[in-house]
Amino acid sequence: MADSNTEIKTLGESLQQQGVSRRGFLKYCTATASMMALPPAMVPAIAEALEKARRPSVIWLSFQECTGCTESLTRAHAPTIENLIFNHISLDYHHTLQAAAGEGAEAAREAAMHENFGKYLVVVDGSIPLKDPGFSTIAGISNLDMLKETVAGAAAVIAVGSCAAFGGLPHANPNPTGAVSVSEIIKDKPVVNVSGCPPIPTVISGVLAHFLTFGGLPELDDLGRPKVFYGQSIHDRCYRRPFYDKGLFAETFDDEGARKGWCLYRMGCKGPMTYNACATTKWNQGTSWPVESGHGCLGCSEPDFWDGGGFYNAISIPDGDIARNIGLGAVAGVAVGAAAGMLNRNARAEAVSRHETVTVDDLEKTS
Amino acid sequence: MQKLQDIDVRVEAPVDQPVQHGNAVPVLHEILHALRRLGETEESTTIDLRSIPFGPGDEELLLDVLGRGEVAVKLETLGVSDIYETAFAGAWIVDHRNTEGERIALQIEIARVPEILFTQVADLADSISRLEKRLRTPDGVASLSNPIEREKT
Repeated sequence: MADSNTEIKTLGESLQQQGVSRRGFLKYCTATASMMALPPAMVPAIAEALEKARRPSVIWLSFQECTGCTESLTRAHAPTIENLIFNHISLDYHHTLQAAAGEGAEAAREAAMHENFGKYLVVVDGSIPLKDPGFSTIAGISNLDMLKETVAGAAAVIAVGSCAAFGGLPHANPNPTGAVSVSEIIKDKPVVNVSGCPPIPTVISGVLAHFLTFGGLPELDDLGRPKVFYGQSIHDRCYRRPFYDKGLFAETFDDEGARKGWCLYRMGCKGPMTYNACATTKWNQGTSWPVESGHGCLGCSEPDFWDGGGFYNAISIPDGDIARNIGLGAVAGVAVGAAAGMLNRNARAEAVSRHETVTVDDLEKTS
Repeated sequence: MQKLQDIDVRVEAPVDQPVQHGNAVPVLHEILHALRRLGETEESTTIDLRSIPFGPGDEELLLDVLGRGEVAVKLETLGVSDIYETAFAGAWIVDHRNTEGERIALQIEIARVPEILFTQVADLADSISRLEKRLRTPDGVASLSNPIEREKT
């Protein structure tokens, strides 16, 4: 539980007490600058700010989610710079990680809100169901009520993952729970969207580090995402981009182009329409990332990526699955007319329309 | 629990047909420009390799071209950092690792000496304070924690 801020040591004092030298602190600041995607020239300013930084209280709310975002963050690295960042926030409520349960857990949340009113951060992963509050509750409180109540005294909200940022998978057609994003509910507080399914762990901690360092939020793009991480498309930062420019594409996962590491655009890579830091930050301690592993980008940090028309359809094909499925159908000896008929735009629209009216009762009938 | 670095897997360019993604060459040009600036105006430069979209083989090519020079330093704080001058004097590799040996930052610093190697003012003040205290303590110099005495025992 957090003490009041006046009793809390600054980060500089705390590291000094742990026997960390000034050189160690500079190393910490260098890694923090790198994590925040800030230029190395910013290290002295970061050092000055971090030295005076005090532990902010953080309340983490998990709604309609798969815990993948928490997994991404907590499996990031063992004792690392990110952990040092986390040692210097006061994570006062996170019902997946905390030992307390039931009334004790809720009491911790309420105490953190009361003691840090107006200063604490709320991190949300998961979307919020609006059709029926009973779809997702914590301690008998609906996600909507808990979000509104908790955010009332917050300094800012960080929506972690595509579910919290844009509705994510729960929001995909037919969206049976009426899932919405945090920003569709919260209009009177700053909301930062850290999208991705899951987001890159260093991007999550980078945003927290920015708040810790500068006491505010980073500059955001038109979708509420920090520009330092989401300012450039995957395509623009992709090491395979020169192959795209030369017109060298892999056509299948095992052809010559795939073996030579050519561009995955024609295999459905969503890099050109996806904004994220995967191409530079990479995953698993910088080991690799999807395109480096030979698979196109799914576009998971963009709104409605799940309903984008197929992960393996090139984005240049407007109605990609029709063309592809007709072709595949012909090869397989399936009646082409029937395939085309089934997949025509009108039929799809009708199917989508039909899906949107599916109720929980309907789902139960078919299961 | 087994950690990722314990698994002996890494991404490599094919051996028989090295793939050139061309991302090392622009960095080498940037280093050249930075070396000229250092020589002409004493201005130092730091390049954070985390922000460069390297493909498999790019980082290896870059480090291979830069090579190793005469000076290598091991910094032991919050994990080990390897710092060495490349074969091109004035261009230093600063490779910061955490206590688990995982890389947390990889930078090329073009400077006479990397900034982190200088004795920091705060550490200097701390040194003065600790040594003064040690000399004021009656048996401070003769105690076993004194490295010279420890060597004798």
